[in-house]
Amino acid sequence: MSDTGKTHGLHFGLIGLLALAYFVLPAYHSGNLASVMVIAIYAMGYNLLFGYTGLLSLGHALFFSAGLYGLGLTMHLADWTPLPAFAAGLIAALVVSAVIGFLILRTTGVAFMIVTLMFAQAGYLTILYFGKYTRGDEGFALQQASRQIAGYDLSDPGVRYFCALVLFSVTLLGLAYMIRAPFGRTLVAIRENEERARMLGYNVTAIKLKAVIVSGVVSGASGATYALLFGYAGATFATVQYSIFPLLWVLVGGAGTTVGPFVGALFMFYLIDYASGKTEAYLLVVGVTLVLVTLFLPHGIVGTIRTRFLRWLP
Amino acid sequence: MILTTRGLTKAYAGVKANTDVDFDLPAGQTRAIIGPNGAGKSTFVGMICGRIPATRGTVTFDGQDVTALPAHKRIERGMAYTFQITSVFPGLPVRENVALAARRGLGRNKAAVRAKTDEVLSRLNISDRADQMAGDLSYGHQRILEIGMGLAQEPRLFILDEPTQGLAESEVEEFNTLIKTLDAETTILLIEHNMNVVMEVAEYITVLDQGMVLANGTPQEIRANTAVQEAYLGSGHA
Repeated sequence: MSDTGKTHGLHFGLIGLLALAYFVLPAYHSGNLASVMVIAIYAMGYNLLFGYTGLLSLGHALFFSAGLYGLGLTMHLADWTPLPAFAAGLIAALVVSAVIGFLILRTTGVAFMIVTLMFAQAGYLTILYFGKYTRGDEGFALQQASRQIAGYDLSDPGVRYFCALVLFSVTLLGLAYMIRAPFGRTLVAIRENEERARMLGYNVTAIKLKAVIVSGVVSGASGATYALLFGYAGATFATVQYSIFPLLWVLVGGAGTTVGPFVGALFMFYLIDYASGKTEAYLLVVGVTLVLVTLFLPHGIVGTIRTRFLRWLP
Repeated sequence: MILTTRGLTKAYAGVKANTDVDFDLPAGQTRAIIGPNGAGKSTFVGMICGRIPATRGTVTFDGQDVTALPAHKRIERGMAYTFQITSVFPGLPVRENVALAARRGLGRNKAAVRAKTDEVLSRLNISDRADQMAGDLSYGHQRILEIGMGLAQEPRLFILDEPTQGLAESEVEEFNTLIKTLDAETTILLIEHNMNVVMEVAEYITVLDQGMVLANGTPQEIRANTAVQEAYLGSGHA
């Protein structure tokens, strides 16, 4: 089988497996898996910028919350229905990532990390500042009655699961297509050798800006999906912790691999779930595990499988 | 003239790397730029291709003033540049390195990109290494690959910054042959230290010394120029 065939097999196999999992797994785990798929969308968006373009952002919580609040506020305050509100979430993420991207791409390296962190922090403080509407850290719930699309109740576990699966699949396949297309190849070229890419005639800054925007919109889509399916929006999602999470998911799963973000998010979710059930000091367990993973699997789980065994892995 | 510079000057904190360089390169010529270390050769071609912003002066490429254009726009207009220190995409296969160079001009036309890539790989005799990672190639092959990335762009002006540096004797021979076959296709601007290469491939030579043009002429004229001998070649070479 060609590498392209294997890649399609992997992606559609994963999607098929996830569809099957709903009918096989107990309700508790299928509920978890719905969350993991939503946060994996966030991780995939992050991976486009970090794993493929080589830009390490510490401020993606800003894009995630732009989508979260874009949908949340329009539904909560303006009584929009889910689909237009979802579009509002995407547009909010688009606008925020375009403006922020334009500004942050004037920096590189460590400065880039710090500036993204600062913008995200400013975003978090803005949400608190407008606490009258956003209700700050406390957040607000979206009523079950409003979370309906064409008669389907999105708070129903089955509907929620398959809604998450559809969006996860669209993101996975869409990004996998994008990285194999000329645009994606150029991103990898910039990651590998930015100056060489520029001296081949590529407008590196413009291409990076597009990458920030796509990454931001996908992250925002994850935020909007989260608010829609789980019915809650709060400022916690805009904190620095939520900027670090996607970095960890991607590092653990494998930066620059298509399924790594999902694997990393799944691994971390269950690690935290398991450890917090065993001990109060669960973050210590998480920390030690991360150190071990970094030491023994420097390319992440999927990245290491690719390096050692399956060179064709996308 | 495909390339003209007038008064091209670069000053670093008051120290001038190039002073008022006037330079004319007719289309189709193979021109070598020579000069002692620190003569400002790399700075000069850096200003031509846009990597280094000029302090003052103008660069005209193909009849249009490109002084204000960023590097990628000049490349887009038909310049290609190979780095003095080999610069490839080490983590990507050789084929993809060349394809990236071809794709910028050919865009989404996959068949054309593949054809161009295959053509360049076979021309440089590296087809058998197409699937290797560029970073795993020997130094000499990486240099050849970088030249291939230049060829894949079908440049109208091909700038090579010390392409034979660090190459083995046999590889230098191959390089000379390659440049001579390119001679009919494009204009070549070559910075080179290896006098055998310069004398063999260059049709015309510009000598830079202390950031200024010291002499222009055919290889024979430059060889006979006493000022050049004093400044650069030294009596031992004369």
